[in-house]
Amino acid sequence: MFTATRRKRDQEITRRSFLRASATATGGLLVSLYCERVRAQEGASGPQGPPKINYPPDAFVEIQPDGKIVIQVNRLEFGQGVQTALPLVLADEMDAKWEDVVSQLAPAADIYKDPVFGIQMVGGSGSIAHSFRQYRELGAKTRAMLITAAAKNWNVSSETLRTEPSVVIGPGGKRATYAELAKAASTTPVSTNVRLKNPSEFRYIGKRTPRLDSRAKCDGSLKFGLDFDRPGTLTAVVAHPPVFGAKVKSFNDDEAKRVEGVREIFQIPLPRGTGVAIVADKFWTAKQARDRLKIDWDTSEVVKEDSTALWAKYKELSGTKGLSALARGNEAAIDKIARASRLGAEFEFPYLAHAPMEPLNTTIRFDGDRAEAWAGSQFQTFDQMAIAQTLGLKPEEVTFHTEMAGGGFGRRAVPDSHVQREAAEIAKKLRGTTVKLIWTREDDIRGGFYRPMFLHRVEVGVGADGLPAAWRHVVVGQSIVADTPFAAMMMKGGIDPTVAEGITDTQYNLANFNVYVHQPKVNVPVLWWRSVGNTHTAYVMETLIEELAERAKMDPIAYRRKLLKPEAKKLRAALDLLEAKSAPWRQTLPKGHAVGYALHECFDTAVGCAVDVSIVNKRPKVHRATIAVHCGLAVNPLTVESQFQAGVGFGLSQLMAKGAITLKDGNVEQRNFHEFVPPYIMDAPVSVDVHIVPSTDAPTGCGEPPVPVISPAVANALSKITNKRYRSLPLVEV
Amino acid sequence: MAKYQLTVNGQRKEVNADPTTPLLWVLREDLKMTGTKYGCGVSACGACTVHVDGVATRSCMLPISLLDDRAVTTIEAMANDRIGRTVQDAWVEKDVVQCGYCQSGQIMTAVALLKETPRPTDTEIEQSMGGNICRCATYVRIREAIQLASQRLK
Repeated sequence: MFTATRRKRDQEITRRSFLRASATATGGLLVSLYCERVRAQEGASGPQGPPKINYPPDAFVEIQPDGKIVIQVNRLEFGQGVQTALPLVLADEMDAKWEDVVSQLAPAADIYKDPVFGIQMVGGSGSIAHSFRQYRELGAKTRAMLITAAAKNWNVSSETLRTEPSVVIGPGGKRATYAELAKAASTTPVSTNVRLKNPSEFRYIGKRTPRLDSRAKCDGSLKFGLDFDRPGTLTAVVAHPPVFGAKVKSFNDDEAKRVEGVREIFQIPLPRGTGVAIVADKFWTAKQARDRLKIDWDTSEVVKEDSTALWAKYKELSGTKGLSALARGNEAAIDKIARASRLGAEFEFPYLAHAPMEPLNTTIRFDGDRAEAWAGSQFQTFDQMAIAQTLGLKPEEVTFHTEMAGGGFGRRAVPDSHVQREAAEIAKKLRGTTVKLIWTREDDIRGGFYRPMFLHRVEVGVGADGLPAAWRHVVVGQSIVADTPFAAMMMKGGIDPTVAEGITDTQYNLANFNVYVHQPKVNVPVLWWRSVGNTHTAYVMETLIEELAERAKMDPIAYRRKLLKPEAKKLRAALDLLEAKSAPWRQTLPKGHAVGYALHECFDTAVGCAVDVSIVNKRPKVHRATIAVHCGLAVNPLTVESQFQAGVGFGLSQLMAKGAITLKDGNVEQRNFHEFVPPYIMDAPVSVDVHIVPSTDAPTGCGEPPVPVISPAVANALSKITNKRYRSLPLVEV
Repeated sequence: MAKYQLTVNGQRKEVNADPTTPLLWVLREDLKMTGTKYGCGVSACGACTVHVDGVATRSCMLPISLLDDRAVTTIEAMANDRIGRTVQDAWVEKDVVQCGYCQSGQIMTAVALLKETPRPTDTEIEQSMGGNICRCATYVRIREAIQLASQRLK
């Protein structure tokens, strides 16, 4: 999600972490990893001063007397598979029996903060990248403690002992299960230095392992945040401003109050404007009441944005240079290249909604001096703080439970925690009552926090060898991080690096390369949308590269290989694998079909994509996609495969005919899935084969990297069929 | 408010609800059966799919007052249904789910398809499943799981 990933890793902060062991009430072993508080520059919430740790009773590993090994996951699970992958990593080093493992989502707490980002969150495809080593060490240390306990029991040296899954084995066939050793292990000192396994010793890491949450997600028993229920829970909906930031001038609730089951109707402040909350016994009651509210909105102080006007403004801005995001070589070189050897192109990308399947929701109970909250959150630290702030509490006075979430794609990582603030405003008024705030799908589609709209203007000067000799690139679009707590950490020279990521860090060797950005202020809240800037930058780069290859009459794969920097090792490996694996079907394409490619690295993961496309019912039909990925060590190759197979389908959202959010007179024009239409089964690739470059490098993320490659690959194939260029998304017409 | 008698998964239930209340919310809030999901409320995503007299139906737009005496079957009953269980097993074996929120609806739609058409073609799968959104886009594995279940049911 953040471009900062790589930068953060470069300045990796050394910190000590240590384990503490204690016995559970039932005599089991509880192992906690305590990390020192992250140092000042790392926290997005400002300087934190000297380490001050508030340890909750929760732990990372708990061995229960019945042998169950409960592992806490310091992340939200919302499809990406981390609820399986991190326990897998810990269990491998601990030498735990996989069948004994129970995975739980950890609540908000300091010890569960991302070791690199310094807040508890999911984003930047960092779950595995940042916690792989952390969970390995946790596992290895827990194992060492169990061995120490067994050695003491048997009065032998630890060196004579070994483990098999969930069992310590001693001389003469002595055996003790982890459960039997748990209590004794809880009194042994924690090893500070443990040896981690060599990859050849892995039992689980690198093996295709099915998800732990499959069955419960197939039989309806798994509880998502929206399924939260506890006797006495009331439901709330909010009437939001029709224009972002508008305020309630007055409202009439005479009719709304007559709906049976309505408890309270009152005005609440919102991070942008104000709204009216309706609290009722049930959802349907609350919604009926909302439909009957008559609200007079004051829109006099807010800008009423309009997509058509915005495009005109962006187009004008793109004719000027803006802030320099990258300056390499001679800026004026392009002007010296003959017009006939220049390629000029303008691209348009609309606002996009995330629209996760589970509508946004948060449940809160406020009891005056403390509160309890339940939410599927990608930003537990911020959301807990926002609730505390709204209720006049300290963060630690808010018990924040991480609920399983039905998708997110960035939408549950909102720096201003607006959903939690709304829910807290309502809970504040209904002290002592548990209230679940539900955003309807209409609230979600019209509620802002979109992938920003972007306009690119690019001019490429082509050299005699057919390769780019000069490249001038202007990107116009809102900053996501400006005016958020991330600004101080991420903005450099007034530039939000997410605006032009994927261009400024391209691994193509581009001479006389200059990138400029404009970041207009627009009254539309924007947010990271799975793969962030790469959603649009990869599209521009990869469609242009393929067009340049065609112009040079070169094979698109060979062209890319020639243009890649020598140090682009991951991309080269992915490209080689892509070429080999797609060769059989590329040779035998049916009539009317074409192949298109894309190659892109983001979040340190390199991806190559080849698609077999034809036109069916005037729409692109993706018969097949071949993916080659270099993600370092694939911790769970089954998850990597799944993320790519489905992630490319998600990426095709950008090409859907009705795949845009537009504004007219300040109003969002789309309301629900009939107007903002995500891909259905017929819009997604029929088959996707995923090939992983074998590697023992540090694992890198797979949540976001599937998204950027698919749309340009499909557009490139379409261009071969129709001879048209597709530079304005969504693809209203082929 | 009015009293309604309904049959859900073979059991008689009585609820007191506003006549316009969609079956979805009766299931979720009155009967505490949360396996059936709210996704859009306008029959556009299929997350709320249940069987009404065996027919795959969007419960988010079916008012309780129009249900009459038709039998309702939900995801919670699929483990005890031969085809339902086979489809669930195929889903688990193919590791289909990601966020999983839409999968109750996907499975209910797939079960209805296989009850009607035990050996669906690719086109029939696309047509039948064509109203169910999976935002994670797990469609490749959904196809595979339906084909696997179909083979198992032979």
